[in-house]
Amino acid sequence: MKPIRRIESRLAVLPTENVDTDQIIPARFLTTTERSGLGRHCFADWRYDKDGNERRDFILHRPELRGAGVLLAGRNFGCGSSREHAPWALLDFGIQVVISSQIADIFRNNSLKNGLLPIVVSEADWQRIAAFNAQSIAVDLERQQIELPDGTTIGFSVEGFARQCLLRGVDQLGYLLAEDAAISAFEAQRAA
Amino acid sequence: MKTNHELPVTNHGPRTIIDKIWDAHCVRAESEDAPAILYVDLHLVHEVTSPQAFSELRARGLKVRRPERTLVTLDHSTPTLPAGPDGKLPYANASAAEQVASLERHCAEFGLTLHGFGSGSRGVVHVMGPELGATQPGMTIVCGDSHTATHGAFGALAFGIGTTEVGHVLATQCLLQRRPKTMAVTVDGHLRPGVAAKDLILHIIGVLGVDGGTGHVIEYRGEAIRALSMEQRMTLCNMSIEAGARAGLVAPDTTTVEWLRGRPHAPKGETFEAAAQAWLAWASEPGARFDREVRIDAAQVEPTITWGTHPGQVTPVGRAIPSSADPQAQRALQYMGFAGGAPILGEKVDVVFIGSCTNGRLSDLREAAALLRGRRIAGHVRMLVVPGSERVKREAEAEGLDRVFREAGAEWREPGCSMCIAMNGDQVAPGQLAVSTSNRNFEGRQGPGARTVLASPATAAACAVAGAIADPRELDVLQEEAA
Ligand code: SF4
Repeated sequence: MKPIRRIESRLAVLPTENVDTDQIIPARFLTTTERSGLGRHCFADWRYDKDGNERRDFILHRPELRGAGVLLAGRNFGCGSSREHAPWALLDFGIQVVISSQIADIFRNNSLKNGLLPIVVSEADWQRIAAFNAQSIAVDLERQQIELPDGTTIGFSVEGFARQCLLRGVDQLGYLLAEDAAISAFEAQRAA
Repeated sequence: MKTNHELPVTNHGPRTIIDKIWDAHCVRAESEDAPAILYVDLHLVHEVTSPQAFSELRARGLKVRRPERTLVTLDHSTPTLPAGPDGKLPYANASAAEQVASLERHCAEFGLTLHGFGSGSRGVVHVMGPELGATQPGMTIVCGDSHTATHGAFGALAFGIGTTEVGHVLATQCLLQRRPKTMAVTVDGHLRPGVAAKDLILHIIGVLGVDGGTGHVIEYRGEAIRALSMEQRMTLCNMSIEAGARAGLVAPDTTTVEWLRGRPHAPKGETFEAAAQAWLAWASEPGARFDREVRIDAAQVEPTITWGTHPGQVTPVGRAIPSSADPQAQRALQYMGFAGGAPILGEKVDVVFIGSCTNGRLSDLREAAALLRGRRIAGHVRMLVVPGSERVKREAEAEGLDRVFREAGAEWREPGCSMCIAMNGDQVAPGQLAVSTSNRNFEGRQGPGARTVLASPATAAACAVAGAIADPRELDVLQEEAA
């Protein structure tokens, strides 16, 4: 995984609440055995018409929002299933940061493990950020702050361990594997 | 019980069942710098969320640490029609077939037992684990599937994980986790006749909201919960995730113990009696404090269905759809083609689906069959009945339920997830209205443009007969009017 320190990109506001993982990537695309290439299916049922053509009215297809890497989403983003295909699809689609006033547990967990940064802000801060739709903003993971175009900042916090993993680009499996002796001791003690 | 915690893990007061299970499974307790290393007793695996995890193990040259704690089945992409005359299963597409084949190969490569085709035990992962007796009180259970909470019915701490974590558990039998917050949902009194566990959980989600449980594990407790059968408790715990909770559970009691007795993976003989004593001891200690407490009056719960596009948008079936100026509600109503303030009773139904890990067990099929016996479903309705496992199918056929469904005009299928997730080809057509006993009514969940109403098996069966949204308690009246 690539280390993440600071992301500067355009902001796209998707105000819909409760965007579930079936919207982020519909189940019929889950028969893959790979984790790459899912970006074209991201938001598929909102993005394409029934003939497979791109819908102009889909919010992220507005010219000024295309290619935005920071998504400000309505409350309870990522609810629903545990499919890790959701962060895989978002990353492949070009989203690097999701900001919301509430992010569903499993989705948040899955995102952190893949280098998609989930950030929870208050409703008031959500409104402040939304005012800069389509403008460039910066998200600094090291300082844990969002830098808005007007020069103001909004602080956030990411769980310390996950943050260190992201900053250093290390994955958590290596950490667990290094605890092999402790796991064996635990197993032995329970068997006794 | 283990003692190698490096830090005090909990305050010394009475502990909840959630804290007790958590503490007993900490290989390392959490600290400010690092999450806990939580040991996993049972890991359930299916074909959709595991391929990339096995690839990761292979790439790193790792083995599965505890094959005997890993239970594997095929359910999501599998066809629900039997093999054709050529012996081939009718997969929806080549990638679904490849996904199943890939899990078969991974099981062979990593030395895992697959409860696959022909095993007699294959089923929706959350139906199969309990019926084998693999799900037991006090366990930590995970699966790359958000409805793992189903197993909480047995007093286990059971929750869904992503594919990267599936890899962690395969390789180390452990997960990195922060201690969840705890919530008590106490249901006082008695459910009224004709009110199902599904109605109760839909009601609870309506009260909590779809994100009301975020960050929490719920313990369902109270008189009405104690009165539920194991199957009903599974339906209840199953949908905890629909309130945003990581997990939901019910403390083990004699109902739990008796249900487990004699199951293939349960302890036998005297070992069983000893295990049963240990199971009962997991219950929350008197006076244990929860981070949040919610009380529900069972007598207020009516047959409940959804009207919108998430499982918190619910209404008693006989009442009007709530009218609201909220843009989210407006959007949902527009998608569903419903009007706020109008009754939902009488809305024309195209498809009825009975099945899934929420309501695909024998008792659910019996409830649906009880309404269908001697009746026919409306001519324009397509009804699919999909047993939750091969065992459910065998038992249902042994008591003739398949005939009841067929004679009523429904299709009797092979076990699997089917129309709950619609990735095996069993789909609802665009614009059609489906009444489904599954757990999610998200836009397009049952196929692009499909509109889903979640309901209990009895309500779903009543809707099939009426050809429209109906109250199961009034089916006789409906029939007489039609006659
Ligand atoms: S029946 Fe539905 S909810 Fe249950 S495991 Fe299958 S797809 Fe998931």
